[in-house]
Amino acid sequence: MKQSSLSLSDVEQAMLNGEMGRALQKAMEIIVGLGRIYQANRLIPITSVQVAGVSYDNLGDAGLDFLEALAQDGAKCQVPATLNPAGMDLQDWKKLGIPPEFAAKQLRVIDAYTKLGVTSTCTCTPYLVGNTPKFHEHIAWSESSAVCYANSILGAYTNREGGPSALAAALTGRTAEYGFHLDENRAPTVTVQLDVSLPDGEFRTHLFGVLGKLIGEKITQAGKKEIPLIEGLPHASLEEWKSFSASIATYGGLALFHIAEITPEAKQFPRPKQTITITERELQGALQGLQPALESEIDFMSLGCPHLSLDEIRHIAELVQGKQVTLEFWLTTARETKNLADQLGYSKVIEESGIKFAVDTCCVVAPLKNRFHAMLTDSAKACFYAKSKNNLDAGLYSIEQVIQAATKKRHSAQ
Amino acid sequence: MILQGRSIYPGKAHGTTLVCRQMISFFGGIDADTGIIVQKDHDRKGESIAQKILIFPSGSGSTVGSYTLYRLKQNGLAPLAIINRECEPITAVGCIIAEIPCVDQIPIEQIADGVEIDVDGENGIIEIQ
Repeated sequence: MKQSSLSLSDVEQAMLNGEMGRALQKAMEIIVGLGRIYQANRLIPITSVQVAGVSYDNLGDAGLDFLEALAQDGAKCQVPATLNPAGMDLQDWKKLGIPPEFAAKQLRVIDAYTKLGVTSTCTCTPYLVGNTPKFHEHIAWSESSAVCYANSILGAYTNREGGPSALAAALTGRTAEYGFHLDENRAPTVTVQLDVSLPDGEFRTHLFGVLGKLIGEKITQAGKKEIPLIEGLPHASLEEWKSFSASIATYGGLALFHIAEITPEAKQFPRPKQTITITERELQGALQGLQPALESEIDFMSLGCPHLSLDEIRHIAELVQGKQVTLEFWLTTARETKNLADQLGYSKVIEESGIKFAVDTCCVVAPLKNRFHAMLTDSAKACFYAKSKNNLDAGLYSIEQVIQAATKKRHSAQ
Repeated sequence: MILQGRSIYPGKAHGTTLVCRQMISFFGGIDADTGIIVQKDHDRKGESIAQKILIFPSGSGSTVGSYTLYRLKQNGLAPLAIINRECEPITAVGCIIAEIPCVDQIPIEQIADGVEIDVDGENGIIEIQ
C-alpha cells in the first residue's frame, strides 16, 4: 500500500480524533483525506476562505441537511470566511419571482452558515467587499472565478476548492499543502501571445470574457492542465480582469494564469518555450460564436457575472439615465456594493428605468430553469451556464449594447 | 483474487458490485431520493447504486455532489462502498461526510459486474471471491 507521509501537529491530531467535537472531526477528516490523495506532507494555516455551495438550487436538501447537522454541533470558523451568492435576494426575493418554498429553504441554508460563523456576504467577488488576500497569502477559496482572480491578480495561493473542502478549511483554519500552495506548481507551462487589437475603454468585459474562453479552450484542448503566461494584453481594468478570470476558469478549468505586468510572481519564472498565438480573426470568430441567432424572443437580461463593481453600476446608471426597459432585467451585485450605489444615487436612476437589482444572487445560481427563453449578458461565463444549467439561450454583448437593446425593445413595442 | 489499493475512507463492506465504465457526476447524475443513476448517456443509467459496491473510474461535475452522497446515506440508499481507479475531491469528500468505505488506485477493469466482493477501506484491500 502506498503510504502517505502526511504529518499532523498535536492539535491537528486532536481535531482528527474527535477531541474537539464532531464537526471539527469531520472537517479535519476532509482536510487530511485530500492531503493524502494529493500527497501533502503537512497542513498549513490559512488566512481567508470563500465558501461556495450556497444556492438552494444547487445544494438541495442534501446540502441543507449536512449544513444544519454541522451547525448543530456548535463549530465556528477559525478564520474570516465569506459566502458565495445565494439563489435569491435574501431580502427582496418576492420581487424576483422566487417561490416562497424555495425562499424558506434558502434562508435555512444562510442560517446554518451564519451559525457556523461564515459571513453572509453572498457574493462571488469577495475581493470587492473586504475579503482581499495579499501576495503569497495562503487561502482556501472555492468559486472558480474568484480562485482564478485571487491566484492570478492578487497573487494569493489557493487551490480550486469545492464548497465542502473550503468550509472544512474555515472550521479547522488549515488546508493541506499541495497544488498551488507550492511555488514549484505555479510556474507557467505555455506562453500565449495575443495578436489582437481591442478598442479603448475600461468596460470591455464581454471581450475579456471571449479572450478567457478562447485561451482556456485552446490550451486545454489536448486534455492537459496548463498554466499560461499571457503576453500582448492591453492595460485592463479590474472589471475586465474579473470577467477574464471567470471565463478562463469556466471554459478551461484554470485556477492560475500569469501576466508579466500584473501577476505579482510572474517575473520569477522562466518564459515557457512552447508558444501559441491567438489572432484577431480567432477573437472575432469566438465572439460571433457567442452571438448566435437567437431562436426565441429575448425576455431576460442580466449584468453582473461576476458581481458588478461600484464603478460598473455607475457606468450603467449613466447609460440608462432617462430611459425605460420593459423586459426582466437584473443587475447582480453584493449587498455592500448596492448600499454604496444607494448612497451615491446610482440605484435610484437605475431602478427608475425599470431595471431590478438582484442582490446576493446571480443568473447562474438563481432558480431560473425554463423561466425565460433567451437572455443577453456581457458575461461569457453566464452564457455557458445559461445553456447548461438553465436551458436558456444566451447572447454575449457589451454592457452598452445590452442596455441599448433593452431600451430599444420598448420603442419597438410602442 | 486480492487487489491492493489506497485507503480513502475506512470501514469494511461485503456486497455485490455495480461496475460503471463512465465517470459519475453525483450532482445531477444520481437521484438522492431513489438511488437511481439518472446521468444523461451513462452506461448504467436507470440502475440503483443503493447497497451496492459501486465501482467507477472517477467522479466529475460540481463539488456539491459530495452532499448527494450524504443525502443518499441519510435516505438509506448509499452504496456499501466505493472503488475508483483515481479518486478526486468530490467522491472523497462525499465518502468522508457520509462515512462510506472508499478505496482507489484499483485496476477496476479486473472486477466483474454483479459479483460478491469484500472491501477493507482501512487497508485499501479488495477481495474477490
